[in-house]
Amino acid sequence: MSATMTTAATDHGHEAHGEHHAHHPFQAHHFDTMVQQFDSAKLGIWLFLITEVMFFSGLFVAYILFRVNYPEIFAYGHQFLDKTWGMVNTIVLLFSSLTMAWAVRCAQLGQQRGLITNLIITIACAAAFLGIKYIEYSHKIHEGLLPGALFSYDPNAHHGEGAGHDSHDSEHSTHVTGPMPARIGLFFSIYFCITGLHGIHIIAGMIAISWILYRSIKGHFGPEYFGPVDYVGLYWHLVDLIWIYLFPLLYLIH
Amino acid sequence: MATTEIPAGSGLVQPLGRSTAPDNFLTHTRGFASWALTLDHKRIGLMYLACTSSSFLIGGIMALILRTKLLTGNSVSWMSHDVYNHMFTLHGAVMVFLFIIPGIPAALGNFVLPIMLGAKDVAFPKMNLGSFYLWIFGAIFLVTAILAGGLDTGWTFYTPYSTATNTSVVLATMGVFVLGFSSIFTGLNFIVTIHTMRPPGMTWFRMPLFLWATYATAIIQVLATPVLGITLLLLICERLMGIGIFDPKLGGDPVLFQHFFWFYSHPAVYIMILPAMGVVSELISTFSRKPIFGYTFIAYSSLAIALLGFLVWGHHMFTSGQSKLASVIFSFLTFSVSIPSAIKVFNWLATMYKGSISFATPMCYALTFIFLFSIGGLTGLFLGALSVDVHLHDTYFVVAHFHYVMMGGTMVAFLGGVFYWWPKMTGKMYNETMGQISALLVFIGFNATFFPQFVMGARGMPRRYYNYLPEFQFFHQFSTFGSYVLGLGLSLAAFALIYSIFKGKTAPANPWGSATLEWQCSSPPPHDNFSQTPSVNHPYAVETQVYDPQLGGFRKDPNVVPLEH
Amino acid sequence: MTTAAAHTNHAHADHDDHDHGMGHAMPLSTLIAVFVSLIALTILTVYMSNIRLGSAEIFVSMGIATVKAILVAVYFMHMRHDKPLNILLVVFSLFFMTLFIAFTLVDSSEYQGEINAAGPFVIEKSATK
Repeated sequence: MSATMTTAATDHGHEAHGEHHAHHPFQAHHFDTMVQQFDSAKLGIWLFLITEVMFFSGLFVAYILFRVNYPEIFAYGHQFLDKTWGMVNTIVLLFSSLTMAWAVRCAQLGQQRGLITNLIITIACAAAFLGIKYIEYSHKIHEGLLPGALFSYDPNAHHGEGAGHDSHDSEHSTHVTGPMPARIGLFFSIYFCITGLHGIHIIAGMIAISWILYRSIKGHFGPEYFGPVDYVGLYWHLVDLIWIYLFPLLYLIH
Repeated sequence: MATTEIPAGSGLVQPLGRSTAPDNFLTHTRGFASWALTLDHKRIGLMYLACTSSSFLIGGIMALILRTKLLTGNSVSWMSHDVYNHMFTLHGAVMVFLFIIPGIPAALGNFVLPIMLGAKDVAFPKMNLGSFYLWIFGAIFLVTAILAGGLDTGWTFYTPYSTATNTSVVLATMGVFVLGFSSIFTGLNFIVTIHTMRPPGMTWFRMPLFLWATYATAIIQVLATPVLGITLLLLICERLMGIGIFDPKLGGDPVLFQHFFWFYSHPAVYIMILPAMGVVSELISTFSRKPIFGYTFIAYSSLAIALLGFLVWGHHMFTSGQSKLASVIFSFLTFSVSIPSAIKVFNWLATMYKGSISFATPMCYALTFIFLFSIGGLTGLFLGALSVDVHLHDTYFVVAHFHYVMMGGTMVAFLGGVFYWWPKMTGKMYNETMGQISALLVFIGFNATFFPQFVMGARGMPRRYYNYLPEFQFFHQFSTFGSYVLGLGLSLAAFALIYSIFKGKTAPANPWGSATLEWQCSSPPPHDNFSQTPSVNHPYAVETQVYDPQLGGFRKDPNVVPLEH
Repeated sequence: MTTAAAHTNHAHADHDDHDHGMGHAMPLSTLIAVFVSLIALTILTVYMSNIRLGSAEIFVSMGIATVKAILVAVYFMHMRHDKPLNILLVVFSLFFMTLFIAFTLVDSSEYQGEINAAGPFVIEKSATK
């Protein structure tokens, strides 16, 4: 525990047990108490998460609609997605969720060093997730497995001359079975839209966690004031939650 | 004109007492930055008011130009078919996205909601300011779209035309996307504020009905607007990359776009009308000098409208190839929305019954609202009936119907609200006679403009057409002249308000005798809204407010014990 | 310093039960147990995807995903100790999402035949089946 942390936590402790109207340095003027401020922001972040759920719901509607109407494009298209990378990414994201939840715990208990370490690990996991996504994307773009009208993959002319672009070629190109259905571009439209939007949320999450990390290093958080860590954490878990569904919906199809 | 109870505008009473409030939110700080970076909900509300009203002016001028073109059914030299298409699209987009949706919640709501609640501010003041700037950015996008090629899809951006036209659809949809976030932030802020910022004593059932209405509105804003966001993003992707989700050539489903769009845009109709109903509930009670009749029914009907409003979007698609099964379900649900709407109207009428009604300007607008909204709502039933809709779909009947609801409903209630809260916002009384004449002109002009459109539509005049057959000429010309009267009435209303800023008499704290909290603080309110924590009574205990000639307004009589409501 | 330390300790102790009304620190053992279960379920769902289950497959994989989602929501997102209102909100949004999906599906599955009949890919599509 660093010296700064101890004093910070002590200060917070004093104020909370002091008079009711003593202002915590991070209490906004229009709130009467820290609890009111915390409850408001917590309700706010849950409402924001609801907007995120509804935002993604449009894409889920499109997914279900096309999966019901054209099951063949999903059965064929998913063979181009690498299950192993998908699973690795799932585990990376679940682990980042663990460290995020742990970071919240550290903030609540005033464990400054644990908070910073966990946040750094979370950001690193997010970066790893995006790195893997980059490998997957560049492979697909290289092969012409693109959304809708841009789709230009040729099933006959493809036997691994894209090798070297990434190490998992063998699984993609050689094991694809069955004739290529019409409308196959739609599968990649859905794939790129959903995972792309999810990726944007990962980037936004990285920015938000970096901001929290910066404030943690400055020693802003402690048992009396850990709200922002909690709110960003909730957002991060939602991003994870969406991926929990995306993984089986896109990668694990028969 | 005003009765003896409301002599504020008559000029007989010298306002005393609070005329020189030492510090209010307008004088608290000065300079451009103090407004541009303010976190004060009242200033943000006023900035919203100025900006949305300017948009209304622009949209209104477009409407007048369109109506002028329609004086004749032939081509005119000064406006080509394309310009006409662009202009009605932009009229719709500007009016819907820049004026009506943010109009009452963001402008009036921001100003009065925290004060009515007895709070110092909304829960997230920075987000509130952010919402305002998002509105500005969205507006800039829309204006850029106008300059960079225009837009001719209609405000609904229906595919496949919107993916094929060479106008600036992407810019316009980006604008609407950004405006959507502005709307979400406002709604989110209001829900949290109402949940967590209520002072002791302000229970849910002591909240003024305007707050119930904005709360219901906020639920829709938070739940529905994100779907608009994703719809527009997909449309942008469709245009830029040809993802094919809405394109039948690639296996996509063009009707899916309509489902997506109306999943937001039908509830959005209730984003427009619910706050208007909230305003009217306040006005009717105040100016009838009676507690509102059926408080709980009105409160719950707001929520019922918000929830049922989510389940009726398919009634925009009866003729779009929607399946019969879905059409029947949506038609049935559409009829059910009329129940909570009618509950409100009946309760307003019952409130006025045996009331001591004062025809002050806000009340004139409120009565106009009830009349026009009833016509708009009842004609909605015609359109909700499956077989009738086949005949009326995409005719002027539809145009008249939604103008009766959106303009005759929301815009008129907005004006009523602006006149009602104007003394609170600016600390000035407007000229009562001018206000009343403006309300009369708006009433006459509005009906003259839109009633003939019902007739035309029923006789088969399709909407959005540049030319028309000679048999429709009389109705079109009647409608155009009506629109000039309407324009005149609105100009007079604007003039009365702006004139009052310079020449108006100083307003008392409570010119109308309303019992809600915003009238307990001075006019204009101080920076922190209340110098001391207000005592919360029933919001419609108007009998506790007595007229005090010394103040030129009402004050709370400590001797009157509020009745049980 | 002793009083300060006491304060700090006090604050810590409080947080392991409810205090301040500001949330509850999830025990580390719970967090790790949840994480291990999530990993196990991930491996399970990947394993199941290699077994042919026919039409049951989607229900199995969605069921496992839902269990995972609930674990994340209840423990990582502290829903277990959150206010009922916040939980209600989430349920509410899921309800509306379901409505959105259900209504759209009811409709589009009814007219899909017409789209297929008009589409240019009809012949190719039937060839693939």
